[in-house]
Amino acid sequence: MPRAGRRLRAARGGAGGIALALPAVLLTLIPLGFVLQFTVDVGPAELYRLLDRPRTGELLSNTIRLTASAMAASAVIGVGAAWAVERTSLPGRRTFTVLLAAPLAVPAFVNSYGWSSLTSSVEGFGGALLIVTLSYYPLVYLPVAAALRGLDPALEDSARALGLGPMATFRRVVLPQLRPALLGGSLLVGLHLLAEFGALANLRFPTFTTAIYDQYQSTFNGPQASALASVLVLGCLVLLMADLRLRGPRQLARVGSGAQRTASPVRLGATTLPVLAAVTGLVVLALGVPLGSLTRWLIAGSSTAFPLGDLVSTAGTSLLLAALAAAVTSLLALPVAWLVGRRRSILGTVLERATYIGSALPGIVVALALIAITVRHARPLYQTTTMLVTAYVILYVPRALISQRAALAQAPPLLDDVAASLGAGPLTRLRRVTLPLMAPGVGAGAALVFLAVVTELTSTLLLAPTGTRTLATAFWSQTGDLNYGAAAPYAALMVLLSLPATLLLTGVGRHRAR
Amino acid sequence: MPRLSRTTCLAAATVAAALTVAACGSDDGGSSGTGSPSAQSVTLYNAQHEDLLKEMTDAFTKETGIKVNMRNGDDLEMANQLVQEGDRSPADVFVTENSPAMTLVDNAKLFTPVSPTTVGQVPARYRPADNEWVGFAARQTVFVYNTGKPAAKGLPTSIMDLADPRWKGRFGYSPTGADFQAIVSAVLALKGPAATKAWLTGLKRNAVAYQGNSKVMSAVNKGDIEGGVIYHYSWFQDQAESGADSKNTKLHFFGAGDPGAFTSVSGAGVLKSSKRAEAAQRLVAFLTGKRGQQVLADSTALEYTIASGVPANDALPPLATLKAPVVDPDELNNRQVVTLMQDAGIL
Repeated sequence: MPRAGRRLRAARGGAGGIALALPAVLLTLIPLGFVLQFTVDVGPAELYRLLDRPRTGELLSNTIRLTASAMAASAVIGVGAAWAVERTSLPGRRTFTVLLAAPLAVPAFVNSYGWSSLTSSVEGFGGALLIVTLSYYPLVYLPVAAALRGLDPALEDSARALGLGPMATFRRVVLPQLRPALLGGSLLVGLHLLAEFGALANLRFPTFTTAIYDQYQSTFNGPQASALASVLVLGCLVLLMADLRLRGPRQLARVGSGAQRTASPVRLGATTLPVLAAVTGLVVLALGVPLGSLTRWLIAGSSTAFPLGDLVSTAGTSLLLAALAAAVTSLLALPVAWLVGRRRSILGTVLERATYIGSALPGIVVALALIAITVRHARPLYQTTTMLVTAYVILYVPRALISQRAALAQAPPLLDDVAASLGAGPLTRLRRVTLPLMAPGVGAGAALVFLAVVTELTSTLLLAPTGTRTLATAFWSQTGDLNYGAAAPYAALMVLLSLPATLLLTGVGRHRAR
Repeated sequence: MPRLSRTTCLAAATVAAALTVAACGSDDGGSSGTGSPSAQSVTLYNAQHEDLLKEMTDAFTKETGIKVNMRNGDDLEMANQLVQEGDRSPADVFVTENSPAMTLVDNAKLFTPVSPTTVGQVPARYRPADNEWVGFAARQTVFVYNTGKPAAKGLPTSIMDLADPRWKGRFGYSPTGADFQAIVSAVLALKGPAATKAWLTGLKRNAVAYQGNSKVMSAVNKGDIEGGVIYHYSWFQDQAESGADSKNTKLHFFGAGDPGAFTSVSGAGVLKSSKRAEAAQRLVAFLTGKRGQQVLADSTALEYTIASGVPANDALPPLATLKAPVVDPDELNNRQVVTLMQDAGIL
């Protein structure tokens, strides 16, 4: 009676799973409630006045163009780069595996400062697209590369044996299997861009989020800005629905007899040089330009200084906050990932989708929502590390969730059933089967959260305990006056601090191929 | 080698969890600093330049023994935060770069009047009539221009001229920050709504928008644009350093009484909710007093001193010679400015 037993377990696990998933969901509902509340307070007439302006049209068009183009560009570059290093005879593949992920260690706004101090021609749509794509394509590259390593090449062999050409095999066999990784990565890029501020502030390319900051910076009326954020919530919902539709239900885990063969690399032959040039060019643009600018500021900047004590203490604060946020976020995301990965239900899906909304909202909206709630209802928590970490969880839970979900999708649920049939209880199965299988995904998610927190600015400024200074806030206080020289050591430390997490990301999933 | 790598991941997770516990523990200990007021410290919400206020408050602590916990941010970000916090704010003193953020907090009735000593130190034109806050520093509106471009030979006599079609695409501004909003408020106060509306429409058509005054100056220096509306200190600071972002430029001061000659006031005020009101009042008195103003004059901030008769830094042309129009800082608030800017498509 395996079937009856399975259903019973699903029902029991479902209720418990939902209860465990609730904290992450409830947290993200805080900023959503804040936005809705103000949208109601502003009223339809005023909302209409705010939205029915030529400026809104301009912002909407800019936001949609940039989000769509950058998602597409990141998808193409991410898949191309992953394929080149994982499946071809490209020379120096191992080095490129790391170099191509390394742009994640360079904060988007540092990249943006680097480019705009080099040339004014990056202002406007083209420049904005270039810079955000260079900063965020690794979010697609990493999961796709990991998925490529995990794929069983036997399927491709069968396709080839049945007469499909290499291109057709890629399109009809490989690409569909990459879908969760590709869509998850693109979704992260999209959500990021809806809420992106730092990278765009320099580039004279206003989007909805920069307009919301402008509203806060120049309006005596925060509610209007919060109301504008409701448009971003709509944008986020569109992305989430699209992702759901495109992903569809699919079984991706491989269970079979025998070991998985390592894929044999495609011989590039005459195309080696062009591919090598393309990959090198990508690394130079995404890594060389910002790091070059940083070095130039350090050496030539008139305001360059190395206040050692301050550098150490701000780096320590950043490190601690980011590690803490990564741990808490991963922990809260786990039940949600398990819920959608193992207990598919409409309620579970709705709960999972709800956790994405906070990440598409500008940091200032999330921060002000938390201020409003804690000042009134949880005064002792106000401006404590706890509150700040809560904000990080709200902003970055999708980063952890998407990685965990992808890992779970590649782990066969059958193994869990086998363990159950051998008499293992639920906790034992979780500890000995599910968690070890998910570990690489959990690690990757935690690393992604870590990277995001190291560079977070707005929430940190508004919510951190008074006197707390991070590398990002120190960088911000210097660049306001073009003191690039003084800002550079903080930016350099942000990059250094982010490197281990990036390296961890490139190593994750590696063992699956061995 | 699956075993090793899984173990590593789990070990990493354990370490992270341990960190969580450790940090939560330290959080409880640390929160006492923000929670219970101590007689010997005040909390300052600082939206002015961090370096400047660090220097000024260090001098204050040295003189009075009162410690200053400084929280840094931007004008209106912090003002919005104070409004959200309402009467439960942990802040004792609020300091800004421009007056509109002070007015925002004042409108929410969150300030308490500054002490008579402080009022006596600040000339009437640099504080609102109700003395809910005072000015302690000032910044002058200027037109920075590239000396190698045509604009150098035909500078605008009034800031109003910049709406003229012949300036199309030739100059820059930073319209979305608190700085420029103060300038628009001055135009509105001096020229009325109809003229301001027409002017803003012209600016939207003519001007190239940047994020921040220093970026406007840098663009002028590079020759991307011929000129730009900024505040004086960006230019003087850069000149005092390397001149990297201003070496090809000069400053043009608009004519007497022109809205373009507007002097924007940086404000300081005491929060009504402060539980350390006496120490807070002493800080504001210090910022506007002889010692505090002298620190400002000697600093590299190169903003104008305005109180206690302390002359500004030698590098600056005396404020009195710039013939700024007289505008009540309290007039520089209105919602109308924002609505006008929104209607013109600037915000």
